[in-house]
Amino acid sequence: MNAYGRQLLTSLRFLFFATLLLGLAYPALVFGVGQLAAPAQANGSIITVSGQQAGSSLLAQPVTGDGYFYPRPSAVGWDPSQSSASNLGPNQPALVAAIAKNRAAVAAREQVPPASVPMDAVTASGSGLDPDISPAYAALQVPRVARASGLGEAAVKALVAEHTSNGFLAFLGQPAVNTTTLNAALATLRAGH
Amino acid sequence: MELNLFSFITQLAVLVLLLGAAHQPLGAYLATTFTSRRHLALERGLYRVSGIDAQADQHWKVYVRSLLAFSALSIVVVFLGQLLQGVLPFNQGHGAVDPWVALNTAVSFVTNTNWQTYAPEATLGFGVQMLLLAVQNFLSAAVGLAVAVALVRGLVRSETHNVGNFWVDLTRGTFRVLLPLATVAAVVLVITGVVQNWGGTDIHTLASHAAQTVPGGPVASQEAIKELGTNGGGYFNANSAHPFENPNAFSSLFEVFLLLLIPFSLPAMYGRMVGDRRQGYTVLTVMVAFWLVSTSLMALAVGSYAHTGTGVGEGFEQRLGVAPSAIFATATTLTSTGAVNVAHDSLPPLAGGLAMLNMMLGEIAPGGVGSGLYGLLVLAVVAVFIGGLMVGRTPEFLGKKIGAAPMKLVAVYILTTPVLALAGTSLTAGIPALAANAPAAGPHGFSEILYAFTSAANNNGSAFGGITTSGPPLAAMLAVVMLLGRFIPMVLVLALAGTLAKQRKVPDTAGTLATHGPLFATLLGGVSLLVTALIYFPALALGPAAEGLLK
Repeated sequence: MNAYGRQLLTSLRFLFFATLLLGLAYPALVFGVGQLAAPAQANGSIITVSGQQAGSSLLAQPVTGDGYFYPRPSAVGWDPSQSSASNLGPNQPALVAAIAKNRAAVAAREQVPPASVPMDAVTASGSGLDPDISPAYAALQVPRVARASGLGEAAVKALVAEHTSNGFLAFLGQPAVNTTTLNAALATLRAGH
Repeated sequence: MELNLFSFITQLAVLVLLLGAAHQPLGAYLATTFTSRRHLALERGLYRVSGIDAQADQHWKVYVRSLLAFSALSIVVVFLGQLLQGVLPFNQGHGAVDPWVALNTAVSFVTNTNWQTYAPEATLGFGVQMLLLAVQNFLSAAVGLAVAVALVRGLVRSETHNVGNFWVDLTRGTFRVLLPLATVAAVVLVITGVVQNWGGTDIHTLASHAAQTVPGGPVASQEAIKELGTNGGGYFNANSAHPFENPNAFSSLFEVFLLLLIPFSLPAMYGRMVGDRRQGYTVLTVMVAFWLVSTSLMALAVGSYAHTGTGVGEGFEQRLGVAPSAIFATATTLTSTGAVNVAHDSLPPLAGGLAMLNMMLGEIAPGGVGSGLYGLLVLAVVAVFIGGLMVGRTPEFLGKKIGAAPMKLVAVYILTTPVLALAGTSLTAGIPALAANAPAAGPHGFSEILYAFTSAANNNGSAFGGITTSGPPLAAMLAVVMLLGRFIPMVLVLALAGTLAKQRKVPDTAGTLATHGPLFATLLGGVSLLVTALIYFPALALGPAAEGLLK
């Protein structure tokens, strides 16, 4: 066997045994430690409403009707079996059109002037599954949700505040309201009525 | 959305502090790892079952042969594994991968590029992700590390052709460096919310009671090495924008730390191995300067766009924020990572251009695991050469004469990546059928093509996402560019290591140009900018610059 042949055989044997360690033992170890250290997160941060598994607190959900808070637009229709951005360039006519269409739709739904609709409400997230919206977009939706759910604006505002990420995030990122956990809280309240 | 300056500055400061605290201890550990004569029990076992003579010191040509044989075999295994996915275990019902996609992916992961011409959710099961792709995330990074170590040995040794043992370097880089760090990082990621399980959860949505399945899989284990090994291949299509890969702003900052950690620690290893820590600090200074300047420019480009054009929001995650995305986008393109937490295709024109410019620098600030250090050391050879010409002496680098032989290798090294990137771009842009792969029209379409080939030639792997799921011709072209963009430079670097190792050391004299200190750092920074990024300026003018001006 020539020099390359020998090296290939060595490579094959090395790769096989390295795969056992890196491809099997390592993920299994992380799985084991993860299940002990943080089982809820390791299994997808699943939330339950009235005993039913209702989603992951980290993923946006499609929303219909007036009783819930809408997440940001999604290039994948909030389908967790996919994830994608729109991948439209900043000057592309398609993006300009999409933003205009989203702005008009949100303004009509919330009965506010188009100029008051914030950016996150009209732009698709990079993943298509971002559950978070800006406090401004949440505030825009409060009157409608309060009306439809019959909970009253003060109660809904209090719920929004509860599901807004705290001031610590001013260092890390930006304030945000998690629509999935907020909607779960609304659903729980409604189930209790 | 607007860029929060306070958040930007504090996050950058936290990164500087953490990396500043970590780089010397990790650099010292790396130096010990690659100079130690002891083999661990696990390593001895691995050498025995693989038929490796760990005591052998390899001629640089043998080192090259081992590296190429191992990489070629890895490509074949990853390629065949995808074709056979339907009959292999853990496939989650996914069948054989399309051969062109499988070819592109095999080359992509073995070359540490992680260009993804497929949507993982719809294409790959746990088996391929875990047993093929994640394994290459470790090994391709360790190969890059091995080449950097071999080059440093070439500078240290004299009157020999031998530059070390590829198998030993590969094994130690993988099992002493990457695996322990990845294990700790993966657990931290799980705690932040990254999933690590063996299946999804069926749910009914809150508002519409629609049946959905929350995805699952061995994500955290892959995410950790994806960042640490500067690989960048996402477990999910949206990569680090996906909430299960990057749940919050904390995990985002942690991932940036992970992808910068080893590249920024390699100068400390280099300084220790050559017995002069000042050398390491000089290289580190250049890396840090480029990183800080580029990150600030990125923040400026994104922040200033908030109230113009389509504004800032498309492709950004509300839960992460604008500042973390500017920091991530710079770090991922200055290293060879290519993970993204924001859709680069939708970045403001000048920000997208900066992401390209970062890659065009040759990914040296701090660059990929190993490739960053050897890339900058090659540029240091050029700087020494130019400095030597200026003072009228034979240039020397750490006592090694930089004559015709090393300079020829360096010249070819410097030309390789731009030729691949620009030839690929012009060929694609010039053939309408190929250019049609870019979904955008006008300058942005050109930017998408330029970004793709720049990313492939530099083994980055990030993309202006609209172009990634291209047909076979582009997938094949990009595979060739990735392959040549990885292994031509590596062979040249190992040849350079061999040439340098052969020489006797010349003692320093009063007239020797010092390769440490602010003067040389400035020279190195200037040379880096001149011989890498400037080559691309005409192309950048046609793409992002035109977009930025056209409006």
